[in-house]
Formats: sequence, structure tokens, C-alpha cells
Amino acid sequence: MASAAEKQPMGLRIFLYGFVVFWLILAAFPFLWTLWGSFKVELDFFSKADWTNALSGARTMAETGSAFTGAGYEGAWVQEEFWKAVINTFLVCFFVVCTSLTIGTLGGYALSRSGYRYTFWLLILALIFRAMPPITLVSGYLLPFFEWNLWGILPTTIIVLVAINQPFTLWMLHSFFQKIPKDLDESAMVDGCTRFQAFRHVIIPVMWPGVITTGLFSFLLAYNDFAVTAMLLSKENQTMVPKIASFLGTTQTEGNVMFAVASVVSATAPLFVLVMFFQRQIVSGLTAGAVKG
Amino acid sequence: MKHRTFFWFFLPTALAMLLFIAMPIVSVITQSLHTAHDQVFIEVENCGPFGCEKEVSVDTEATEKIRREQPLGKWAGLTIYLDRGHLATAEVAEAWRTSADIGSFLSTINNLPFYRAMSFTLTYTFVVTPLLIILGFMIAVAVNALNQKLKGLVIFFSLLPMIVTPLIGSLILFWMIDARGVIGSGLQWLAGDPDLSLKASTGLTWIMLMVYGIWHSAPFAFVVFYAGLQTLPQDTLESAMIDGASRWQRIRYVVIPHILPLVTFVALIQLMDNFRVFEPIVGFNAEAHATSLSWIIYNDLGGETRLLSSAATSSVLTIIGVAILLSPVLVRTWRDFNRKT
Amino acid sequence: MIKKILLASTLALAATASAQAACDINSGRVSIVGNEFPAIQTIGKGAMACAGAGVEVKTNLTADHQKINVAGMTGNPAEYTSAIVANSSIVALMNNDLIRPLDDLVAKFGAGLKKNQLITVNGKIMAVAFMANAQHLVYRKDVLEKAGVGVPKTYEDMLAAAKTIRDKGILQNPVGGAYKAGWNIAQEFNNMYIGYGGEFFKAGTAEVSINNEKGVAALKMMKDLSAYMNPDYLTHDSNATSAEWKAGNVAIMNMWGSRVGPLRETEGSSQVVVDNTAIDAPMTVGGGKTPATTLWWDGWTVSKNISDEDAEATFKALKAAIDPSILNDETKPQAVWLIDGYQPTAAAVGVFAAASMGTRPYPMRPFQGLLHSALGAELADYMQGKESAEKTLADVEAAYTAAAKEKGFLK
Repeated sequence: MASAAEKQPMGLRIFLYGFVVFWLILAAFPFLWTLWGSFKVELDFFSKADWTNALSGARTMAETGSAFTGAGYEGAWVQEEFWKAVINTFLVCFFVVCTSLTIGTLGGYALSRSGYRYTFWLLILALIFRAMPPITLVSGYLLPFFEWNLWGILPTTIIVLVAINQPFTLWMLHSFFQKIPKDLDESAMVDGCTRFQAFRHVIIPVMWPGVITTGLFSFLLAYNDFAVTAMLLSKENQTMVPKIASFLGTTQTEGNVMFAVASVVSATAPLFVLVMFFQRQIVSGLTAGAVKG
Repeated sequence: MKHRTFFWFFLPTALAMLLFIAMPIVSVITQSLHTAHDQVFIEVENCGPFGCEKEVSVDTEATEKIRREQPLGKWAGLTIYLDRGHLATAEVAEAWRTSADIGSFLSTINNLPFYRAMSFTLTYTFVVTPLLIILGFMIAVAVNALNQKLKGLVIFFSLLPMIVTPLIGSLILFWMIDARGVIGSGLQWLAGDPDLSLKASTGLTWIMLMVYGIWHSAPFAFVVFYAGLQTLPQDTLESAMIDGASRWQRIRYVVIPHILPLVTFVALIQLMDNFRVFEPIVGFNAEAHATSLSWIIYNDLGGETRLLSSAATSSVLTIIGVAILLSPVLVRTWRDFNRKT
Repeated sequence: MIKKILLASTLALAATASAQAACDINSGRVSIVGNEFPAIQTIGKGAMACAGAGVEVKTNLTADHQKINVAGMTGNPAEYTSAIVANSSIVALMNNDLIRPLDDLVAKFGAGLKKNQLITVNGKIMAVAFMANAQHLVYRKDVLEKAGVGVPKTYEDMLAAAKTIRDKGILQNPVGGAYKAGWNIAQEFNNMYIGYGGEFFKAGTAEVSINNEKGVAALKMMKDLSAYMNPDYLTHDSNATSAEWKAGNVAIMNMWGSRVGPLRETEGSSQVVVDNTAIDAPMTVGGGKTPATTLWWDGWTVSKNISDEDAEATFKALKAAIDPSILNDETKPQAVWLIDGYQPTAAAVGVFAAASMGTRPYPMRPFQGLLHSALGAELADYMQGKESAEKTLADVEAAYTAAAKEKGFLK
């Protein structure tokens, strides 16, 4: 909406800002609370005595001599080698995004350009596939993966994540390609291009906004996944989320809980950078109509 | 597009889905129609650090022989679908016969695991989905009217509930809503009730899970709607303004129709995700008050003796449930599709 | 300085060399899956020390071990050459015939293993236990003194003590307990039911029979206790209960012996709580003689679907990992070790008392796990007052029967 052209009356403006501030508090408060608390000791952050201890850090003062401590971060990054999990996460995310976008754009493009009935049924089938609960899928994979010696390594997890997320990717990209006028590639084909050449030279240059948006969602999925990564990766190949969960474990050893809290904060930082960096693309990508039912 | 070209373009994605989703679905359906073989028992003496005890044990050799003859297990047909852990047809019929009134019938039904899970899942789905769409839309409209410079920051913070991993996020939230945590204490103060505990009563647990669900998914709706607002046709909007349409009328007659297809998309994805609600139940330790089909699967697979056929059956029921739930949206898409082609 | 480092590294080298020598493995593959609590980490580290030329040692110690061990031991050769299990979880491996009898390996290389470490089923050694565990009484000396009550010997005493403590205004919710819906609350029911002298199954069959007066009495006692617990008790597992203890909110509880060590550390707790944390024998209930608790062991197994060479390597590595030499100041309080040469620490009193009182071990029945899951899913209804004890127990029986039919235990 051309907000510059529209004059907002004072009352509406106050309401608007009030609502945004209210939502921001709602959205960010638990995170900011965690960020603040990650510099405290466990007894302050999970303060059974008085919740205000989490703000003032009474026990942190008593135990470390200062109101803030980096013990959680040190434990997670140095002692527990959280950085390995960070590297694994980025490997997984990078390859998941690349692979799923590559095969997803080809498939989504084909679905959008074919007028036959079966494309509709393929889309519906993809949706039904998405309805399958991931825990069932994963527990089904275990036996064959162990037998074929594929369990525990990153490539297996990457392919599984790509496959599981393919229905969503296809739906998004399909509707995005439908927004790109058909004349564009068809006229190229009239000029003698093959379908693939038309795709390569005409479609690829204009598809980026939608692809970036879809990529963002693929990225978030791979980044946040727990069901697949926790069950299919061995200890040394763990990504961040299962690693954080393993800090908690069945028997919570003293201090380890704060490793988890510090890692949660650490895991969010790259996303901050990412969103700030791609903010414009995310918005403009969606702008181009990447998502349409 | 020619069938042949379509085939080559679609092959990679189809292969990935066939191998990793379609084949497992086939094996899950097969599994759900079979049970384990009758186990052959023998009496054995178990000894350990605490002495010896007589126990029954499985005669693995004898059982293995039967297993080799029929590796899939014993054909069970639909018995698992109909047993007490799932559709419980016998129990429902029994309750129908013996219940004096509809109320006691419903409470008997609600005591069966499948129907108990469904009552929470459906309430959750139908409360959370519309509310998150409304909240997402309101945020999108509000953020869109903001100053350009503020937008980036606001978008990032708005995304936080979605990008902080549910399993970890709920650990921290679980503590915050404890009677002694910051939100729990705040609510006690607001309600003026020092004994208020969100985790102890079923009603409050349901509300808590739903609020969490809305909070967690609203950013998704927000991002999609926000994008839709960017493509709002300016000329329509301006002519509406010239015609003297009020702010509300413009939203009602221009903005909402424009993003309606997006609402369909968000509803489609969110109905499906909410129907499979799982992580908050585990994260908030809420299984005493609320269960879902996905939770039942998790419970079947997580026990000391894993109930594979039962989990498979619940999975198939989930797919069927999603298909029923989405059918109105799908019919709509079908009409759209026919109009386009 | 450099000299020191050199010296240190030679010492370290010598240490690994001697560790390897102690293992006496020439070649083979060792891969262990198990839970991740500190005592098992110690075993894992011990086995890792055997790695060397031609010997590959890997561990995967994770909370999800039960979800992957069956799949990981099914292939041939199996990914895991050993699983660390307890008396409840060995059953799944035996039902699927995934672990091998260890008699010949014990005969050849098992010198030094005590007789009571060997878990035998039908006369065949299936696992080697290294630690014992049990739930028993943990109490706050100062609080009980202040309230003027003695150390409870029975659950009835515990209720009376809780009432006194609350009435005197010392603590609002003096009783602690891992009553989280699911595995934990089912375990508490098992304890209580055994305490009342109940039998879970009709002798020699897989037919459940818990819907009787003992079952009702057990449930009623649990409900009475819960009145003195934090209102959120259905969400509290042993972690949360320990945290409540450390915060000083709880004065009496039935807690795992393996959890007592950390309760006596000042980190994350206050000096008063640490100084006054005392433990005693498990309680009895309803005038019964058998304590209302169960005994547990943790031990290791060797896979069936691996080569004899790998099996030998695995056996030797794990044997080295439970060598008496692993016991030091750090590892001793981690568990009640069944290893030769272990001197019980103060934290082990409860488990030893449980064993000497004739506590029953958690049953190694193929279908006990199914009943445990059914109890975990259904008991919360009664605890919340939604239905009667009889109805809940009938529900448990029905849920168990459906599951047991599916697994082929019942026809």
C-alpha cells in the first residue's frame, strides 16, 4: 500500500504502532529473555525461588562474582565442540537448498507448463505425501539404511530432507512459474530453442525471486529439523538441533542445560544475518507471486 | 508440454519422492495390515545380580521358523484399524448400546485413545488455523504501513517464533509458563489467583497449546500475506480512494479479495501441519491432557517394545484424516485448475 | 616448560599404550550403542581406549538408543556390535534374537568377572551387568527434625510426615516424585503394586491381571501422595523432581539411586539442602514386606549378527571398560558399580538396602514393556480425578490386550 501517498490520521497511527509493538513483544520476548538468561547460571535462568533472579542474576553473582557469565557459551563451543555441529548444519543446509531447488524448479516448471490433467493429480499426490508423519517415515528408513551402511552420514540425511520437503517446494514453485507468462518461453521455442534451452535461457534469468523465497523455506526446514537429523545422524555428524537436544538428554547434568540455552542463542544468530541480508529478496521474491494457491 | 519432455523434467523430483515417500507409504500400508506372528513361549530361569526368577520368554528358534515362512507377519486385514487403539468399533458399538444418554456416550468415546486424540487435534486445528491466519493478516497490514527503515528489523523479530526450533523453544517456554516462571507469575498476578497453574488443568493446557500454536505459525502467514500486499494493484486502490471508499472498505473490497488465493495456500499448509500437531505436546509434557495422532505414533514407536503395526495404522489414519480435512480446499483448487486450462 | 609438555605427552602415550595392552585386542571392529548418562559415558570412554592399529572403536551414546538399537543390530554384519541395555530393554533385543550367548567368550576371556555380574537366561549368559540401580527414599534431615517426625519406613509414614510438614507450614508441597505421565508414572505404579504384593500377569501367561484390590490400593496411595506434590506433578520427570529438590521445595521423595550423587553437589543447590540430603532404604506399603520399588541393572551385550572376530574384540573392549582400574574418585559416585573392588560410597546405601531387603528386580518379561506403555498412557485419567480406579485399571488392561494381540503375545 502506498503508505507515503496515504495520510494516516493520528489515531490510526497510534493504534498501528501500538499493535506492531504489542506483536513484537509477543514475538521477541521469549527470545530476548533467553538471550539475557544465557549469560546467567542455571539456577538463575530456571529460578525456582523467584523469577526476578533471572533478571538480576543473584546466584550468578554469588557463583561467579559478576552478574554475567559466558560459561554456557564456553561450555558449548569449547568443551562440547558446538562448532562441529555448526559446520555440519551449514553443509546440510547448503546441499539441501541447492538440491531441492534444482530438482524442484525442473519439476515445478514442468507442472506449470503441462496442461494435462495428470499434473493436477501429481500435485494432489504430492500433498498426500506431505501428510505422512515424518516420524513414521524416519523409523521406516532405519532398517534399510543400517543394512546398506548408509546410516549416520550427512549425504543420506540431505537426500531424505530434500525428498521430504519436495512436495512443499513443488507447490510453491509451481504456482510461482504459473505467474511467469507462457509466451516468454513459448516464443523462444518458436525461435528454435528446445524446451530445455528455453528454460535455461529465458526462464532461469527471471525466476530468482520465487526461487529465493522457496529456498528460504527449504533452508529453515533443514536448519530446524529434529525428527530426521536426530535419528539418522551419528554423534560426530550431528547438526545443531540434535546436538542441543543431546545437551539435555535423559539425565540433565548440571550446567549442561545452560550449554543448551547458549547454543539456542548461538543457533539463532546466523538466521539474523540471513534475514537481514536477504530481506529485500525475501519480500520481492514473494512479491513476484511466489505463493499462490 | 509434450509427455516426453514433461517426463524428463519431472523425473528427478519424482524419483526422490517415490524412493523416500511413496515406497515407505506402501510399506507402511502393508505393515498396518499385518501383525506379528503368535509368539512361542518357553519357561526359563533368569539369573542376575539380584538372584534368579522363573519367567516366560520367547522361544526365538521356534518363532524364527514361523517368521521365515511368512516374513511379513500374520495377515490381519483391518483388525488393527478396528482395535481399541484405533477406531475401536467394538467399543463404540458397545458404548452406543449401553449408554443412557448422548452425554455419557460421548464421555465413554472420549476415553478411547483415538477419539481422545481426535477431539484435541480437531479442536486445535479449527481454533488455531483461522486465528493464525487473522493474526498473520493483521501483522502484515500493520507492518506494511510502517516506515521503510523499520521494516527489516520488524520482519526479523516477527520471524523469530517460526525459526526458533519448536523442541528447544518449548523447553524455554515450558519453564517461562511454570507457576514460578515469568509468564506464569505474570498470569497469576493478572488473574489475582496465586495458585493458578497452566500445566495442572486440562482446559488451561489446551489453551496454552493453542496459543503456542498460533504464536508459532502466525509468522508463516505473515510472510506470505505481506508478500501478497506488495503486489496489490495500485490503480484499483487509488480508484477506490477516489470513489470515497473508507479505509475499512478498501481492506474489505480490495485487499482481501486480492490475497484470497494466498489464504487458500496458507490454510492448506496450516490445516495439514496443525492436524499433525506433535512437538508442542512433547515439549510442554502435555500428554496427560492432550494427545494427537502423531503423538500416538511417537508413543507406539518409543516404548520398550515397539508397536510397528499400530504406528503404521495410525500413520495411514493420519493421511486419510488430512485428505478429508483438505478436501474442500482441493475441490476449490480443482475448479481453479479447470478454469485455467 | 617444553620438557613438561614432552613428559606429559609421553605419559599420555604410555597410558594409552598400557590401556591397549590391557584390552589385548589384535583386530576387529567395536561399535557400541547405549544411553548417555555419566556412568555409561565412563564405560564408553573405557572401550574407546582400546582403539589402535587394526582395532576400530566407536560409540553412539544417545537418549534415542532404544529407537535405533534394534534396527542397528538387525543387518548382517550389524552396525552395532554391542548394545548397553537394562533389564527392561534387553527384552526387545532377545525377542528379536539379536544378541549372542556369551558363555564361550566368558570362559575364554572373562577371568575376573563376578558370578553376580552375569545375566543368564535359560542357563545361557546373555549380558554382563556393571551397575545396579533402584528407587529409594531421599529425605531432608533438617525438615523432618523441624517437623518432629522420624524417617519414614512405609508410604503411610510418608503421608503422615507430609501432612505434618504442611500443617506446620514448613513446606507447602513436601513430597516429590517423578509422576510425569508416560514411562515415569507407570514405573511408580509398578513400584506401588509390587509393594502391595501384586502380580502383573496370570502365572505363565501373557494375560494381564492388575484390576484387583491391590491395583486399586496402589492407585489410591499414589493419589493420596500427589495431594502433597507440586500441582504440576504430571509434568515432572526425574530431572524436574531433582531440580525441585535442589531448590529446597521438597523434603521426602522416592528417587533413583543414580540421581543421588548430583543432589549432594553444591553446584545449582544451596548448602542447607546439600548438607541435609540423606538417603535410606526404600519404603514398604500396606503392611507388605517387599519394598515398593524395583531393582535394575545396566549391562552390555554382544550382537549376534557379527563375525566372531568382532564379537571377541567387542567382548574384550567392554571387559576392559569395566576393569576395576576404572574406579576413581570421579567415577565411583556415578553409580552403584557391580565391579569387583567397588567400595560402596555414601550415595549407594539406598540401593544396597533395597537389594538386601529382597526387592524384586524389574521383570525381564517379553511383554512387560507393553504393560508399562499402557499404564503410562492411561493412569493420568485417574490421577486427575476423571474416572474411578477400577475404570482406569480396566482401560489399562484393554490397552495392553490390544497391544499384546498385535505383537502376537496373546491370541
